[in-house]
Amino acid sequence: MLKKLFVFILLFTIGYFLVNSLKSIPLGANRVGSIDEPTTVSGYYLNKSPNALKVANSITAVVVNFRGFDTLGEVTVLFLAATGLASILYRKEDEEEEEKHTHSLSKRLNLPSSSLVRTGAKILFPLILLLGIYVFIHGHLTPGGGFQGGAIIATGFLLMLVSYKGFTTNHNVMVWLESLAGLGFVGVGLYGLFAYGSFLQNTGWTGNLNDLISGGFIPLIYIFIGIKVATELTNVLDTLLNIKPRKK
Amino acid sequence: MIDFHTIFEQYKEIISIAVYGTAVFLIIIGLYAVLLKKHLVKIVIGLSIMDAGIHLLFVAVGYISGGTAPIFSPGNENAANTMVDPVPQALVLTAIVIGFAVTALALSLVIRLYKHHHTANIDQLKSLKW
Repeated sequence: MLKKLFVFILLFTIGYFLVNSLKSIPLGANRVGSIDEPTTVSGYYLNKSPNALKVANSITAVVVNFRGFDTLGEVTVLFLAATGLASILYRKEDEEEEEKHTHSLSKRLNLPSSSLVRTGAKILFPLILLLGIYVFIHGHLTPGGGFQGGAIIATGFLLMLVSYKGFTTNHNVMVWLESLAGLGFVGVGLYGLFAYGSFLQNTGWTGNLNDLISGGFIPLIYIFIGIKVATELTNVLDTLLNIKPRKK
Repeated sequence: MIDFHTIFEQYKEIISIAVYGTAVFLIIIGLYAVLLKKHLVKIVIGLSIMDAGIHLLFVAVGYISGGTAPIFSPGNENAANTMVDPVPQALVLTAIVIGFAVTALALSLVIRLYKHHHTANIDQLKSLKW
């Protein structure tokens, strides 16, 4: 009881100070300032994104170009999470006692799904893949991008994994795609380093605003990120869903 | 065409209380679940709820009254003055991915603990080594 009391006092204190500090940040106030002669970081980004970079979606410009190095680290974190998941859930073949505790959920997961679900999944799967690819190719023009497109593709694979009992992804293809996408990202960065003087530096050529091929390296990098995120999330789902009871 | 600017200015106080209040409330609920719940999966869910609250707070701080999405789509090439702040949205995009990674890793640890101890109640996990 005493612990609960302490926790409630703590939560109340945190809530009180959060609300108090938020009172000094009025909602909806313009904190960007002038766009034409920027004085803030946001104003600078909103100025540079359509004029110098010719990228329509300024969030993509921030994520891939201005903060590109941060995004490389983020993709690495995702990769580490997928690897850590696989290594933690790795099962030796002779773990005997787990068999006794096969719970009802995994038994239910092993029942075959109905033919309605299977046919629907088969029809929807290529369409979901197409939508995901569309979203990450148009990441610099429309809302969306590599992370979103990759997540959409992973939901397509989740649909297949849930509806088909024996469905597994080809591990070799996944590893190669993921490695090539990661190497492509680093390669673009190194090209910028050697050709223009700094890591992930964009080209001088940018094209026209709202063209599919515009913005220098930005669409290329987002396609790499899309492939990498899709393969990593699919690997995570595959690892989590394929913890089946061992066959005798 | 709806004029969001006038509507926002008219109900500014209610909207501020609703948005900030929801964000703070979500953070508090998540912290409560992390500190007081006994089931490991509920603790992971608490972390996710706390994440959602922080994302909401970030995006709300970046909102500008009457602002549109910061995308220079055809017809909006010179509308930079009516756009919301892009930096919090980009940061939230990063935070969502990191939140996913944290949740996936935490859940895998929960699965492993459950398989070893056959319980996910933290009061019954007495031995530290596993």
